[in-house]
This record gives sequence, C-alpha cells and structure tokens, in this order.
Amino acid sequence: MGTFFTMLVPIIIGTVALWGMVRKVDVYSALISGAEEGLGVLIRIVPALVGLLTAVYMLRASGVLELAAEALAPLLTNLGIPPETVALMLVRPVSGSAALGVGAELISTYGPDSLIGRTAAVMLGSTETTFYTIAVYFGAAGIVKTRYAVPAALCADLAGFLAAAWAVRLLF
Amino acid sequence: MAAIWTGMVVISILCGLATGNGGAVGAAALEGAGAAVDLCLAMSGVLCLWMGVMEIMKRSGLSAGLSRLLRPLLGRLYPAFARDRDVMDSISANVSANLLGLGNAATPLGIQAARLMSRRTPGVASDSLCMLVVCNTASIQLIPTTVAGVRLAAGCETPFDILPAVWLASALSVTVGILATKLLARLWRD
Repeated sequence: MGTFFTMLVPIIIGTVALWGMVRKVDVYSALISGAEEGLGVLIRIVPALVGLLTAVYMLRASGVLELAAEALAPLLTNLGIPPETVALMLVRPVSGSAALGVGAELISTYGPDSLIGRTAAVMLGSTETTFYTIAVYFGAAGIVKTRYAVPAALCADLAGFLAAAWAVRLLF
Repeated sequence: MAAIWTGMVVISILCGLATGNGGAVGAAALEGAGAAVDLCLAMSGVLCLWMGVMEIMKRSGLSAGLSRLLRPLLGRLYPAFARDRDVMDSISANVSANLLGLGNAATPLGIQAARLMSRRTPGVASDSLCMLVVCNTASIQLIPTTVAGVRLAAGCETPFDILPAVWLASALSVTVGILATKLLARLWRD
C-alpha cells in the first residue's frame, strides 16, 4: 500500500500516456503544449503572490497573530478547542509553511498521541492555506472583485478547526 | 480583496510599532516579495507538468469520461457551467486530484477551470468561481501525507490513526463552505 501511494503520481502519468497512445493522440506534443500554457499561467500568478506574501510576511513579523491568539484563547477554549492550538488556527489560512512549523512544534512538544498533538495534526490535515489558494486562483484568472469568496472560505476554515477539535475528542 | 490587503498591511504596521517589531515588519515586507517569486519558481515545474498531463487527458477523452462520472455532483455545485464541457472537465480533474491527495496536481487543474470560468465575467468572481475557490480552500484530502510525516518524525507509531478525524473535519469544513457560498450568493450585494 505504501509503495502504491509513493508511486501514485508516476502511475497516473503513465496511465494517461498509455491511454493517449491507445486513442492515437500525439501524447508528447499534447504534453508540451499544455506545459507551455502553464508558463503563461505562472506569469499571471506572480504579481498576485507578490502582493499577498508581502502582506502575509509583514503580518507575521508584526506579532499581531500572537496578540490575537492570546485574546481569542478564552473564547475558543469554551468551544472545546485546546488553547495551545489557537496560534496554529490563526496562521493556517495565511501561511502554509509557518503553519506546518507551528504544528510540528506542538506535535513534538506535547507528543503526537496527545490531545493537543492530535488536534494540531487533524487541523493541518483538514484545512488549506486559504489566502494562498485564493491569490493563486484569482491571480491566474485575473479576478479583481473577489466578492464573498474570502468570508465564505474563512467560514469553511473555522468549521474545519472546530470539527478537528471535536473529532479528536470524540474519536480518541 | 483591496480592503483585505490594505487592512493586513495597516494592521501589521500599527501592531509592529506597538510591539516594537517595526524593524522586523520593514524587513519582512521585502522578504515576502522575494519569497513570492521563489514560491512561483518552485511550483512552476509541477504546474507545467500537470497542465501538460491535463492536455493529454483532454485530447484522449479521459477527462470527458471523468466528468461524466462526476456530473451528478458537480452539475449541482456549478449549475451555470453544467453544460460547459471544458469547464466541467477541468473541475472533474481538479476534484479527482484533490481526492487522491495530490494537492500539487489539483492546483494547476483548478486554475485551468478558474481561467475558463472567468471568460464569462472578466475581472469579477462569479458565484461558480467563488464555489470553486471555496471548495479548494476547504481541501478534501483523503491521505494527509505531510502531517503523517511530521507525526512519524515525532516518534508516532501509528501516524495514520488520525485519518477518520481528518475525514470528518474535512467533510464538515467542505459542507459548511458550500452552504456558506450558496447562502452568500443570495445575500451578497455588490
């Protein structure tokens, strides 16, 4: 089973290529023309990410996330979320690498099988770097008016965090 | 997005000044801009690869088959594009990659769908486009390999025992995201 998952990407690519050959598609030229289109997409994403990451890095350096975590901890404890994981919740939507760092820290400090360690792991596993995803998708599609995408996505994140904390309490 | 971005910058400056981290905020602004380009370069290979694989899938009819399979579900989530085959094919591939836990593949495929969708409403996020983004930010990941790796490194003997909890939380988060999007689509006034 383990090998299957590590080999999943090459298996998919191989299957697609074989199927293409069966259907008499010029597999290689299709691959190249698709990849070329990818370069154009990439160029459109760069400006959106420059804008976002500049703000995200500033936010992280300013210490506002730690302040907010302290302020929110009592409220979230009442909802069944371990206060130690509040910092993780706040950093998760804005920075994937920072969230992984915070999560790994919690897991190694409290132990992978502790309530806090498990909650952190489930939170990381069941959510995405929301702002990054939004920036990449809307950047590539040239969207300026994002309408209600951000609030709706943050609703989903909040639900994911609460569900993560409750699911760990329920199942372990 | 304009208000959110300006808000993030202003809050960072004010909070940086208040906590005495002003210098760090200044350095971080420049660091972040550089990191964005690094990140794009880092993802460029994978992005081009999967867009290429998607092109093969499209020309060989594989993505059309996939989207026939997922149409009952996706047609309901994206009613405006239910008859647009290109969009449906891309979304189907995006959903499949997400389910397999191939986040790296899901992003280029989803971007493809987003670009096709935006042709109808240039510059404005339509209801369907919001739905696509929310579904992707909520992440339906069946096998969270990165987190399992972290747990393993911390000495966990059964790193995958969190799977049921992850599925439960993911499912709930996606459900709430979809409901919130449907609700806001009705309530939102531009």
